[in-house]
Amino acid sequence: MIKKEWMTVFSQKKLAKNIYELTLQGELVQEMNEPGRFVHLKVSGQTVPLLRRPISIANIDQANSRFTMIYRAEGEGTKLLSEKKAGETVDVLGPLGHGFPVEEAQAGETAILVGGGIGVPPLYELSKRLNEKGVQTIHVLGFQSADVAFYAEEFSQLGATYVATVDGSLGTKGFVTNAIDEFGLKADILYSCGPVSMLRALEERQLTKKGFISLEERMGCGIGACFACVCHIQNDQTGTEYRKVCSDGPVFPMGEVAL
Amino acid sequence: MSRLETKLPGLTLKNPVMPASGCFGFGREFSQLYDLSILGAIMIKATTEEPRFGNPTPRVAETPAGMLNAIGLQNPGLEKVMEQEIPWLSQYRVPIIANVAGSQVEDYVEVAKTISGSPHVQALELNISCPNVKTGGIAFGTVPETAKHLTKKVKEVSEVPVYVKLSPNVSNIVEMAKAVEDGGADGLTMINTLLGMRIDLNTGKPILANRTGGLSGPAIKPVAIRMIYEVSQQTDLPIIGMGGISTVEDIIEFYMAGASAVAVGTANFSNPFICPELIEELDHYLEANHIDHISELTGRSWGADGKRAYHCS
Repeated sequence: MIKKEWMTVFSQKKLAKNIYELTLQGELVQEMNEPGRFVHLKVSGQTVPLLRRPISIANIDQANSRFTMIYRAEGEGTKLLSEKKAGETVDVLGPLGHGFPVEEAQAGETAILVGGGIGVPPLYELSKRLNEKGVQTIHVLGFQSADVAFYAEEFSQLGATYVATVDGSLGTKGFVTNAIDEFGLKADILYSCGPVSMLRALEERQLTKKGFISLEERMGCGIGACFACVCHIQNDQTGTEYRKVCSDGPVFPMGEVAL
Repeated sequence: MSRLETKLPGLTLKNPVMPASGCFGFGREFSQLYDLSILGAIMIKATTEEPRFGNPTPRVAETPAGMLNAIGLQNPGLEKVMEQEIPWLSQYRVPIIANVAGSQVEDYVEVAKTISGSPHVQALELNISCPNVKTGGIAFGTVPETAKHLTKKVKEVSEVPVYVKLSPNVSNIVEMAKAVEDGGADGLTMINTLLGMRIDLNTGKPILANRTGGLSGPAIKPVAIRMIYEVSQQTDLPIIGMGGISTVEDIIEFYMAGASAVAVGTANFSNPFICPELIEELDHYLEANHIDHISELTGRSWGADGKRAYHCS
């Protein structure tokens, strides 16, 4: 169920250049039952910034009623968020959207999890759940450069982890697809989150028959009412068919939406 | 009778607070969050004769105390709205105000005729003020004669009262209001969004794919207050006021300017529970301030000599 709660900051840590890890505590965590969903945060009680900020859920700890997000402090809202200290509160709406279907991977299969930049975080909770189920995970993480890279160590504890950076300052030089080629990575199922150009490249490559991708889009309400974040579907004859990224997604089966 | 019960043409509202069109879809999403029967009414998303996808994304951009949108009247079309959305929404005991849009007069007439025939629709809101479509919309809302003609044509076929939604993107709002009053409008809703734009400093290009969009949110409240103040003293039509409402104090201010009910738009996005919260707080406010009925506040800002306080043409 979607709830709104003033949650308490448990910890906030800078992981890399402009990249922060924020852990919040509250009852709402009990509603979080699927990786890949997101929360919509109001970072200020004032009218500036006015809108909420959609941020993906990276780690769920229901025993302690805590969840963790990793975000980039880039605009006005996320910069304010990065200033929040332990004990302060944040207005959280969530959990929202449809996440990654863990049930689509079977025990004994191999899943490849490909993340680009700030698309990496939701794959962490996903990987944990896949591993719990007996699915082997391979992780490919793409970043611009070493100074904005994060969580390579955390992912490597869950399975083989490969990093690609555009400038070559860490891991394979280039994109995630270069790393996939370099190491000849193969899997039964793909899960991915990141920039559209990356998702498109992965879809064209047809690395696996089955895949699920998570999209990012500017949002208004976050619950499907405002129609700000719609996208076309593939092979639509009418041109009026659509999916809402916030409520139908953000995760879609590969091949469903037009990228 | 409660302090909040409000009667307007075609509408008996248990309270005067309703979500504004375009900010609430057809109610389905918000029905997961609270019982829609709490609301005074619901202004459903603009309906056109044919389904519309709307504009490319990005469709929204944040601004100081506001936001720009250019959704482009995305909707499933008249047939689906009649067959699926309105019957579904009718399970809640809440009056439905159907927002009617089109590209030409005939489209408006067709949609108005059909949708007003639904037993669940209590009033129409004629959308002559959408700034985000190439044809229709605001094109009807900025020329008084055109607006009057369209209102008249819609009134001829509508089985329920017609409220006309005015655009603030005009130099003389009173002239527009009088024109639609002459056309037979039963009421006004105001204001729609203000045409605006933002540019991405990195690309040097507009943020919105549509380039321009409609500005809403607290930033436009003073414009709405001024326009309602002017129009309410120059026409006899009741006004459902909207434009940046997010607090009870805002509602009071709209009433004092001359509104008889209010709609909440953008605030539903930052706080999806805003409407039920405002309804509850409004009642407490009136009680604490010894106001027997909210209608006593309508037009409090007008001068003692009534309409003569108005100083423009």
